[in-house]
Amino acid sequence: MDFITALQVLDSTVRLSTPLLLACLAGLFSERAGIFDIGLEGKMLMAAFFSAAVAFVTGSVWLGMLAGIASSMLLSALHGLASITFRGNQLISGVAINFLAAGMTVLIAQDWFSQGGRTPSLIGQARFEPLTLPFAEALQGVPILGPLYYELISGHTLPVYFAFLCVPATWWILYRTRFGLRLRAVGENPAAVDTAGISVIGLRYAAVAICGLLCGIAGAYLATALQAGFIKDMTAGRGYIALAALIFAKWRPWYALMSCLLFGFLQAIALRYQNIDIGPITLPVQFMDALPYILTVVILAGFVGRAIPPHAGGEPYVKER
Amino acid sequence: MDRMPPWADALLVPLISLVLAAILSALVIIGIGEDPVAAVTLMVKGALGSTYGWGYTLYYATNFIFTGLAVAVAFHARMFNIGGEGQAMLGGLGVALVCLYLPLPHWTVALVAAALGAAAFGAAWAYVPAVLQARRGSHIVITTIMFNFIAAALLNYVLVNLLRPKGAMDPATAKFPEGTHLPTLHDMLAPVGIEFSKAAPANVTLLIALLACLAVWLLIWRTRLGYEIRAFGHSETAARYAGISPVRITVVAMLISGGLAGLMALNTTMGEAERLVLNSVEGAGFIGIAVALMGRSHPLGVLMAAILFGFLYQGGAELALWTNIPRELIVVIQALVILFTGALDNMVRMPLERLFLARRKKEG
Repeated sequence: MDFITALQVLDSTVRLSTPLLLACLAGLFSERAGIFDIGLEGKMLMAAFFSAAVAFVTGSVWLGMLAGIASSMLLSALHGLASITFRGNQLISGVAINFLAAGMTVLIAQDWFSQGGRTPSLIGQARFEPLTLPFAEALQGVPILGPLYYELISGHTLPVYFAFLCVPATWWILYRTRFGLRLRAVGENPAAVDTAGISVIGLRYAAVAICGLLCGIAGAYLATALQAGFIKDMTAGRGYIALAALIFAKWRPWYALMSCLLFGFLQAIALRYQNIDIGPITLPVQFMDALPYILTVVILAGFVGRAIPPHAGGEPYVKER
Repeated sequence: MDRMPPWADALLVPLISLVLAAILSALVIIGIGEDPVAAVTLMVKGALGSTYGWGYTLYYATNFIFTGLAVAVAFHARMFNIGGEGQAMLGGLGVALVCLYLPLPHWTVALVAAALGAAAFGAAWAYVPAVLQARRGSHIVITTIMFNFIAAALLNYVLVNLLRPKGAMDPATAKFPEGTHLPTLHDMLAPVGIEFSKAAPANVTLLIALLACLAVWLLIWRTRLGYEIRAFGHSETAARYAGISPVRITVVAMLISGGLAGLMALNTTMGEAERLVLNSVEGAGFIGIAVALMGRSHPLGVLMAAILFGFLYQGGAELALWTNIPRELIVVIQALVILFTGALDNMVRMPLERLFLARRKKEG
């Protein structure tokens, strides 16, 4: 593999990692507050559709993104209602949300656009354009670093930079603010938080709302930046890969960045090469597809360090009387 | 006693949830500019108006009975098996290997052999998540989700690279030999003098599914193992104190669950397609979740819910054929059923409970 090919693979790694990263951080906020969320996939899908649909109709990618975020946050509110207010099973609620999104997006897309469950292609202002960072053109001649800067760091769309900035922001919020401390506490020991006179329900709703916001951006990125429009089931399991990345990262922001880059890299490789020859054996493309899931199972099995979820995760909080 | 009467718990709560899901589904149909009454009429006519419709309804219901029972058995041990989809895919592989490579003289022998193959492969695919849950504490929901994806990749590899006949384009095995073809309801009912549609895919597997309902009922409520599974599901600490091994119950319950999900492949792979295709499961593993929730994890409830979903599936196909309503409407209905009977259960239960308590106080 020569330098330029390597750069291209890494470049596509960055682009493919972005939705994973946003969804993974979304799940991190929710699960750190004690609300399991396997509905990341559904929220992204819903946001992808509404952002593409509204961007197409209005011609503005920003309005599209707002619509996507709103739809994703609506599903988050539903998840909160089921799992916080009515103390239902969070996993079942997540499953329901995934199916709701899978069905509703196609149903509405067919009703609005009659194109077999997709939106028309987005052009011009209805999409996020790649940004060229300062001096990217000028420095292109500099050996190694020039192309590195031009290909890898410059030339991405706005949500990509946003997603990567979200990592330090998440770290800061979780570990350096009062809200973050409380959020983590509510996922470990909600009774203690309640005793301190802080609303468990309020905190958990806040976490679920942040989760919806980030999933909304992830979905909007899929439909208006990575691709040009919505197609049926376009999230293609990314929500679950993000969930896998979250476990891989053991619910920590910087590790989430690493695991999302790794899984994005695997996707980029699988996209570019069909089968990979490593000396005597050939890795089939299906193996590359399954690798994130296999790695997650290995991590979950505790063979490579133990992945321990937040202590109160999945448990609805019932106030003592 | 601050509880509802059992009939309200078993019938009234799911019924109200179902009505809520139906109302929302009707609103969705109105929302996309169609008439819900006309839609339901068309669905009833398409799914129940002819033996052809019934043949498809029962064919789908057979799938959902198996996957619903699979989820239900795991629920009794308080485990959420989302892996029915992957386990059924592997079950299909088991059926295909038996049918393609064993010399089978008659369909009865083939059915038994294929059932063993399907159950063994499905159970094997549930075994790893079960052991990881029991011994290492890895959450079974996450591992079974991961195993669904791994199963899809594995099946894709096996079909494309290993089992595909030379020169064939689509990723599928060769047609199964003649001796393994199962009798359809048409073949079975003709000697009795009942005319049943020849084109519909419902077959003898339906009887196996009914037997499975009975077997699960016997297992859960009439055997020692079933008692242990329920005890474990109610309280792990109490079960442990009573000398029930959590590891054993977790693994055994998941093996049964995976085996049941695997059996679904008899219907799709052996009964209908007569070869193994890539997407033979078509989401039936996930519908099992809705079926088990609606049926309150009771075999009789699962049976009724499976027939309802069979009706929705066939009716939905008819809708997609004759109107502008896409098949995905069924996915929405499925989501609403899961939401109301599963996640939002307390929304219905809490006010009802209050109502019953208030009434009892007045009487007492």
